Amino acid sequence: MTRLDRLVASGVPDDEAVAAVLPSAERLAKGPVAVIECFQEIPCDPCAAACPRGAILPFGDIKDLPSIDHELCNGCANCVVKCPGLAIFVIDVSSGGDRVIIKMPYEYLPLPRRDQEVWGLDRSGKRVAKVKVLRVQRPAAFDRTALLTIEVPASEVHNVRGIAPPAGGDDR
Amino acid sequence: MTRTEIVVVGGGPAGLAASLAASRSGAKVLLIERQAQLGGQLVKQTHRFFGSSAQSAGVRGITIARDLAGQAASMPEITVWTQTEALGYYAGGTLLAERPERVEIVQGARMVLCVGASERPLAFPNNDLPGVYGAGAVQTLMNVYGVLPGRRVVMVGAGNIGLIVSYQLLQAGVEVAAILEAAPQVGGYLVHAAKIARAGVPIMTSHSVVAAFGETELVGIRAARLGPDWRPVPGTGFDVDCDVLCLAVGLSPLVELARLVGCEVCYIPELGGYVPVHDDELETTVPGVYVAGDAAGVEEASSALIEGHLAGLAAAHGLYPQVDYEAHRGAALAELEALRAGPTGAKIRVGLSKMAQVKGGGRQ
Repeated sequence: MTRLDRLVASGVPDDEAVAAVLPSAERLAKGPVAVIECFQEIPCDPCAAACPRGAILPFGDIKDLPSIDHELCNGCANCVVKCPGLAIFVIDVSSGGDRVIIKMPYEYLPLPRRDQEVWGLDRSGKRVAKVKVLRVQRPAAFDRTALLTIEVPASEVHNVRGIAPPAGGDDR
Repeated sequence: MTRTEIVVVGGGPAGLAASLAASRSGAKVLLIERQAQLGGQLVKQTHRFFGSSAQSAGVRGITIARDLAGQAASMPEITVWTQTEALGYYAGGTLLAERPERVEIVQGARMVLCVGASERPLAFPNNDLPGVYGAGAVQTLMNVYGVLPGRRVVMVGAGNIGLIVSYQLLQAGVEVAAILEAAPQVGGYLVHAAKIARAGVPIMTSHSVVAAFGETELVGIRAARLGPDWRPVPGTGFDVDCDVLCLAVGLSPLVELARLVGCEVCYIPELGGYVPVHDDELETTVPGVYVAGDAAGVEEASSALIEGHLAGLAAAHGLYPQVDYEAHRGAALAELEALRAGPTGAKIRVGLSKMAQVKGGGRQ
């Protein structure tokens, strides 16, 4: 078993692969930080150019996996809406409470509404917890990729990576 | 008769890039496109492109198409004929082009064939039922005409096309029941696969369709697991209700026009099948006739853009020698090499090394 067997067979990343790209517990406790779930060498580098702090290191070779310095990253989420693979998320567990924050890209309509409760989905699309939408950003500069800020149970912060289509959402 | 210096056949990414490169070298270009709008397959690609941020990575295909078509329109050296089909070719560089009102005789000193590829079919009982589509048709219906192909889709093929079209179907509000992939692994980019998996669509590798059902239209399919011999394993069949079966099982270069022109064609499975023999300047075995994009070997749109650029530069160079030709050519070749590096470029690299052997052998 290599650590990508499940991913290449089903599109769902292996737990081991996901664990390997997580920031340290100390860094997570400090505040928002980007998690890059990009596991395959493909010719792609816009994330590095999107980072205003140089935390995503410049690519030596365009096919390299992205390399992020979690200490430099402040979780601004610029890269989240620039990644063509929609593979970057920002997580913020610094509240220390049982509700924590995830920022994720979203390219479906209708958009959820602010304060709406929707199902949070895991990497295989399974409903894992009800989550609350705190913010929906979709300025012209994001070129039709929305940035959702959602509040999820702390126990699911490493599992929730999508939301179910919102009922009565914003169909703009 | 219409005289021009370079005739470009096909207004997709390769043809647009070829026209722009050739016209910027000073050549007069006639660009012929069958559809009413330029852009080729780009006009259906609503997703952000991969590649280098120095090129157009992160930009959606539809935006790239609009930008390139706008650039072409602003170049006085480029004449664009849309709704025009290349009908025939006669010795000496004479092309017959069917326009909406009349048939034109076109005479050009050079020709660049950017005619793309066609989708491969798949053999199974009832594969001719209404509701069985190629992925290109589903994309055209949805993204060009705004028509949903159906309500519940089974996708066959987890290459980039199958994955991207599945994502677009989900975005259009269509249910995707499953993606079946005959190979034991996802062929497309894993980030595309992950995006679809987290929307709840099962990607079933080592599976394929074995039959379709329906009297007058598709109502369901039977799928089965495939063994190591790629044959259905007895007892693993199961039925799935669906009104659309979408086939995304690969593309083959369109070589008819190249053959008519007299270009030598060879069979290289890694490039999609029969493909015109060409060198790394994209020149075929007929001097002055170039090929680029999927017509030169099936690849991504990002490589088609660079190949078109290279072919356009090379075609114009013979007419209007450029002092910095080698520098431009070297830069484009380096970009292509970077795009084809890594595990996802392995197949195309094998195909191109076979092409280099064929080409080398032909010169001896």
